[in-house]
Amino acid sequence: MNDWIAITHLDDIPRQGARVVELSHDDAVNRIALFRTAADEIYAVRDKCPHRGGPLSEGIVHGGQVTCPLHSWKIDLVTGEAVLPDKGCARTYATKVEDGQVFLKLA
Amino acid sequence: MARMKLVLVGNGMAGMRTLEELLKAAPGMYDITVFGDEPHPNYNRIMLSPVLAGEQTVEQSVLNSREWYATNGITLHTGKRVAKIDRKNRYVETDDGMRAEYDRLLLATGSKPFILPVPGADLEGVIGFRDIADVDRMIQASSQYKHAVVIGGGLLGLEAANGLKLRGMDVSVVHIGDWLLERQLDEPAARLLQQNLEAKGLKFLLRKQTAELLPCRSELARDQDARIAGKPAPTGRVGAVRFKDGETIPADLVVMAVGIRPNTELAESAGLHCNRGLVVNDTMQTITDARIYAVGECVSHRGIAYGLVAPLFEQAKVAANHLAEHGVARYQGSMTSTKLKVTGIDLFSAGNFMGDSSTESLVFSDAAAGTYKKLVLKDNKLVGACIYGDTIDGTWYFDMLREGTDIAQFRKTILFGQHHLGDSGHGPAERVAALPDSAEICGCNGVCKGTIVAAIRDLKLFTLDEVKAHTKASASCGSCTGLVEAVLAHTVGGNYSAAPSKKPLCKCTEHSHDEVIAAIKDQGLKTMDAVFEALEWSTPDGCASCRPAVNYYLLARWPAEYQDDAQSRFTNERAHGNIQKDGSFSVVPRMWGGLTNPKELRAIADVAEKYKVPEVKVTGGQRIDLFGVKKTDLPAMWKDLSDAGFVSGHAYGKALRTVKTCVGAKWCRFGTQDSTGLGVKLEQLTWGSWMPHKYKLAVSGCPRNCAEATIKDFGVVCVDSGYELHVGGNGGIKVRVTDLLTKVETEEQVMEYTGAFAQLYREEAHYLERTAPWVERVGLAHIKAKVVDDAAGRAELYERFKFGQQFAQIDPWKERAEGAEAHEFQPIRISA
Repeated sequence: MNDWIAITHLDDIPRQGARVVELSHDDAVNRIALFRTAADEIYAVRDKCPHRGGPLSEGIVHGGQVTCPLHSWKIDLVTGEAVLPDKGCARTYATKVEDGQVFLKLA
Repeated sequence: MARMKLVLVGNGMAGMRTLEELLKAAPGMYDITVFGDEPHPNYNRIMLSPVLAGEQTVEQSVLNSREWYATNGITLHTGKRVAKIDRKNRYVETDDGMRAEYDRLLLATGSKPFILPVPGADLEGVIGFRDIADVDRMIQASSQYKHAVVIGGGLLGLEAANGLKLRGMDVSVVHIGDWLLERQLDEPAARLLQQNLEAKGLKFLLRKQTAELLPCRSELARDQDARIAGKPAPTGRVGAVRFKDGETIPADLVVMAVGIRPNTELAESAGLHCNRGLVVNDTMQTITDARIYAVGECVSHRGIAYGLVAPLFEQAKVAANHLAEHGVARYQGSMTSTKLKVTGIDLFSAGNFMGDSSTESLVFSDAAAGTYKKLVLKDNKLVGACIYGDTIDGTWYFDMLREGTDIAQFRKTILFGQHHLGDSGHGPAERVAALPDSAEICGCNGVCKGTIVAAIRDLKLFTLDEVKAHTKASASCGSCTGLVEAVLAHTVGGNYSAAPSKKPLCKCTEHSHDEVIAAIKDQGLKTMDAVFEALEWSTPDGCASCRPAVNYYLLARWPAEYQDDAQSRFTNERAHGNIQKDGSFSVVPRMWGGLTNPKELRAIADVAEKYKVPEVKVTGGQRIDLFGVKKTDLPAMWKDLSDAGFVSGHAYGKALRTVKTCVGAKWCRFGTQDSTGLGVKLEQLTWGSWMPHKYKLAVSGCPRNCAEATIKDFGVVCVDSGYELHVGGNGGIKVRVTDLLTKVETEEQVMEYTGAFAQLYREEAHYLERTAPWVERVGLAHIKAKVVDDAAGRAELYERFKFGQQFAQIDPWKERAEGAEAHEFQPIRISA
């Protein structure tokens, strides 16, 4: 589980947008939102808002944050933490981009 | 690189607010040192009155604890008076020789009480009402002495008098004017106030001028004893006040509350230009030295020195913006409103409440109930308000005053307050003060009054935005905003409730909606980046509030040229479905005018079965809603619907939603016109158009109005002789019945007016502003002038609407069924 997994090409993620990655292993499916910011940075966050479980991948991406579509919590893409005064944290995953290929590490 | 050094002189509310804003905008940019001559950390000066009255403690009034300064790396020197600024070598020096160097200096030295220059003003027991030390002296005096005299019947004087009375003293208020609070109230309101305060046991001496303060006789004797004993003679304690008319009253304590003077000694000694305050420009820099900024009561901006908290906080924000080197904010002065912090007494005033020869007044007076309201109007706009007794609508009036709202439409009921306009969301019984803590204020997020009050007190909140962020009250639909503001005003005093005089579009910009709309049009801005650059956005790519707004404004202004930005749209408008709480979507196919047939129904039934739709419902707008659809299924489902002849119903968008119709002349025995057929035509004209907010039409076939056309954005009511056109209705958050726009004779005219009104709304309303508040904001007269009276203008609006429709009437479902934006709907599946 410590390996980098090749996910997709950078160009397949819309700038200021996200793609959902469905990782299935055994019977479980893990939904991860893969974000691409205006500055072309790639971040991976569990696709579940710490507030009421909204799909963060559906949110509007601005700066290094995403605003959840359900109740407008802002989540910091680097840390997964909700922006104060809201409190909560979504799990984040390491990413890297090499030659336009996006990689994700689960642990 | 070494950090720059910032020194703040004056550890009070304005200066500290600036630092808080600065830490938010540019954390770590400066090494900060703060000097305060009081021995306390920053406390809430406005709460001195409740502290004096015994309703709050000094501890509760502390805004920034010493720990806060330490946590933020700020060096705090309390009890230190800065005596000198060396501008050449850039350091400040305290009177005991401590120095601190600066790169930027912020002066917030506040103000001093004005002490009348009468004989005896230097006696012991003669004080101002300005800081914790004054409050301590008053509390101490109240335990030893009986007679207190407060000179000055303004806000501060009355609050001091009330506090001293509650502490058991016998209090007389001396006032030179004809009535109390002449800067806040007119005479009838002031009389009511005086009666109420007299009932609390206060005494008033009006039209009295103080001539002299006399020392106490026994004190004189003690002075002599002291002299005999060879000790330095105390000046003696005050014993009485003598007036110009010769009358004398006993006084063991005299509180001078006749006004404040900006404290500019330090600034003047450093050669900074002062003129009734330290003179600053719109960036809060002193006009003499660009390295030196100043905020608060010591400042004179455009000739005005403010003494209320709201303007000082606006100044703080601007100063912080420039200290952070963002360089975009300007302070352009504030409009203020005031409130008296005496428990059980409510008054509110703002603007030109006295009126003059060019104004008219609306007055409501009920002396027995202790209620008085005066609204001052000029050209059907509110220019002043003075309210006593029942101030619940104060914030509403103040909003209209600031916005310049045309009140012609509700002039007859405006005196009775906002609830009279039909705030059916919450019922009429909103007496915030009387509400129990368990009363629900925000129905969307389930926030009770007690929660809001506790948050305001414990977290030291000042503004509506802060209350929203911390409690979520009024953070959803916004219908309780007025109530939350009222709770805020009631909890902390009205000084806080005043919002900035101009409402910026969002936190990324200082510009208002109107300024952004105008800039896009006038400067020919055609991309989001161009807007952000031309209007100096403070964030690189905006936020979730401004991006959808700017995207809409660009689309509405340049329909042929602007490339819609999907990433600046809320998910509903990107996925072309309505996101539900579990992340699934709902699908509503368009059914023109609410008409359908067996073939269409069969196609919908087939789709519902094929995609295992868990719930099917008929909507309020006469359509069929398929709930619980997985996002991945949407394109295939749309293909099936598209093949059966359906297009998107736009039930998810800030767009034309539906045209609701009744049966009409074709079947109904009362019908006067073909309402169903007209509804279909109107829907074919308007479908697909993006709007500032959702937009609903209805056509009723007769005045029985079965299609409920009079609570729609645009409603047509057929009558025998033609068609009545109604606008600005709303059946949602706040029910609002439409205003009659005009009456026309032919269907073609209905079409033209429909397009013209929609286009005016599209071009002028703020994003996320429904037609109902828009009509109230700009006034029906404005809309009539453009849509009814100006035939050429109406034709142009209609043309622009139709022009835009060429680009809007492309079915987004069909496009996506054929493969557009496929990434939006397909997850990346990986087996690990």
